[in-house]
Amino acid sequence: MTWGRCVNIAPIVLKNPVTENTLSVTLGSMKAKTLYDKLWDEHVVRDYGNGTCLLYIDRHLVHEVTSPQAFEGLKLAGRTPWRRAASLAVPDHNVPTHNRHSIQDPVSKKQLDALDRNAREWRIPYIELSDERQGIVHVIGPEQGACLPGMTIVCGDSHTTTNGALAALAMGIGTSEVEHVLATQTLVAPKLKNMRIHVANTLAPGITAKDLVLHIIGRVGTAGGAGCAIEFTGDGVSALSMEGRMTLCNMAIEAGARSGLVAVDEKTIEYVRGRPFAPAGSDWDRAVAVWRSLRSDPGALFDHSIEIDAGRVQPCVTWGTSPEMVASVHDKVPDPADEPDPVKREGMSNALSYMDLRPGTPIRDIRPDRIFIGSCTNSRIEDLREAARVVAGKRRAQNVRQALVVPGSGLVKRQAEAEGLDRIFLDAGFEWREPGCSMCLGMNDDRLDAGERCASTSNRNFEGRQGAGGRTHLVSPAMAAAAGITGHFIDVRDII
Amino acid sequence: MQAFTKIHGLVAPLDRSNVDTDAIIPKQFLKSVRRTGFGPNLFDSWRYLDVGEPEQDCSRRPLREEFVLNLPRYQGAQILLARENFGCGSSREHAVWALYEYGFRCVIAPSYGDIFFSNAGKNGLLAITLSVQQVEHLFSEVEANEGYRLKVDLPSQTITAPSGEELTFDIGAALKERLLQGQDDIGITLEQGDLIREYERQRAAQRPWLFPDLN
Ligand code: SF4
Repeated sequence: MTWGRCVNIAPIVLKNPVTENTLSVTLGSMKAKTLYDKLWDEHVVRDYGNGTCLLYIDRHLVHEVTSPQAFEGLKLAGRTPWRRAASLAVPDHNVPTHNRHSIQDPVSKKQLDALDRNAREWRIPYIELSDERQGIVHVIGPEQGACLPGMTIVCGDSHTTTNGALAALAMGIGTSEVEHVLATQTLVAPKLKNMRIHVANTLAPGITAKDLVLHIIGRVGTAGGAGCAIEFTGDGVSALSMEGRMTLCNMAIEAGARSGLVAVDEKTIEYVRGRPFAPAGSDWDRAVAVWRSLRSDPGALFDHSIEIDAGRVQPCVTWGTSPEMVASVHDKVPDPADEPDPVKREGMSNALSYMDLRPGTPIRDIRPDRIFIGSCTNSRIEDLREAARVVAGKRRAQNVRQALVVPGSGLVKRQAEAEGLDRIFLDAGFEWREPGCSMCLGMNDDRLDAGERCASTSNRNFEGRQGAGGRTHLVSPAMAAAAGITGHFIDVRDII
Repeated sequence: MQAFTKIHGLVAPLDRSNVDTDAIIPKQFLKSVRRTGFGPNLFDSWRYLDVGEPEQDCSRRPLREEFVLNLPRYQGAQILLARENFGCGSSREHAVWALYEYGFRCVIAPSYGDIFFSNAGKNGLLAITLSVQQVEHLFSEVEANEGYRLKVDLPSQTITAPSGEELTFDIGAALKERLLQGQDDIGITLEQGDLIREYERQRAAQRPWLFPDLN
């Protein structure tokens, strides 16, 4: 069963039309609301009055790693999915990025087979491995128009926050909750706090959304958004492409937030238009009218507010084992001795020892062994274009053992190939792979060896994340490409 | 989770005290990413002669013939009669999953490991506590009578023997309610099913593009 057959996207004849007036009544009181408040209120099925609500879930993305137990649970309890068409399953975490039709690792194979079986058995809309649309779950959701403004979107994966770029309430959930959503199409959830990160001014040319989000995390810390939905506002955000906004929301989780959000504007609407799952015809007009209200009302109250000056954001490189351990490429590795907080000092020392870095080393002197351009943070077409622009006509540096480029989906791959980006990468000695999570977490065989250093466009630089003993430096695609060419970190603006 | 109201089941006697959860499901099977599939490895090291590995086909493994669950007369048992401190040790919920998947719906013992007892209640496995004397009596009855079955009735908190003899047991009110309702989060939410459907109906009218399948 393919998803195309499961989901009827033909124009819908309304049985029970209601006016937008009725809608605004259902949407609640006249009090100024944040975008998050609006999304939340619209999805409350029942307020339990004990701090939790029963929240309706419009879209449930499913991948192979966190779903098998949930499907098993469903089966064991004799239940069936509440609303099949609300789900969309795709394999991504375990998939090989080359020779993908003979999967060597039996454990990975098993997990992939499990998803295949579950999707078919339960008739869940499913993009299988051999389907060109296959890719990283958070890339294909928006790409297919399966994730739309105003939706609640969940997935057994923390980076579900990516989809908040579409002004959707998107949250990662655990496996028990996956089962709960499969079975009931709802979640029992507490309301989050509202946090606003206002990005004044715009990024300098050559500076990307990835640099912005790393800069933000460096500023607010990895727990700065704990218990919050973060709405990113301001000119610096409006100026970003949809891909850039996805990069921003993707890493909201790395700032500790459960959800990241960007309000709807013309870019959002244009991005969604014409996508396979997007509404069409008169539905489209109605949808757009509703979507335009998906922004915080003037005067809406936020529990926390932070202001960032986009004009000051430099190309960022992480030097430690937490995304908040980040510096400008022009900086030096910090000295723990300068840190007054003893807990932080200890953390810094441990990180530097794991990363094998000495305080005071210029970031530019750090030499990666491998380059990884990919992951749900930075594997969309715009990311690949930025990297290709840096690489074009150049060669991979000798000290760089491998430079992997892994598109986020089969459709991104096709588009990139149509633009000749694959040739640019291959000519420069970079590898061009099939879509998947790949070296972001090394569940397949794309992994760092112990002690290896990687310039990676992914989102987590935790110890061992990309392979046991591997050392990760998080950067933008352009910065990763630049390091691949020069053999060390460098301000990408210096070489293009 | 499945509700428990009453069963009329064959009883298998496991005549050991301090049966720990490692014995119920050995550690190598915890590697599994699944919540099911533990049934064939229940009491693995007692049940088989070889050392079990995860994902092995257990149907071809050499059985330890004398182990109680391998005896023909106890095949299909739903009630496990056990001794003191059943389920002590590791907190692994896999132990409960394994028992449940094997087919047990009820355990009767004089006492339990705390965590095991709590895990059982979350998975629809009724763990009944009787006095040492009552359990001893049941052991002798089970062993003396092939095909010995007990009726366990949760609403009335009674156990009825084939002879018609009736025992009562205690159970906390909240746990009883949970088991009777088969309550888990999903179960509780599904009680709001009408509300969820009504929500979907109204919202499908307002936002038809989100409900192509319901329109
Ligand atoms: S690319 Fe990485 S972070 Fe994103 S979903 Fe895959 S494993 Fe998770």
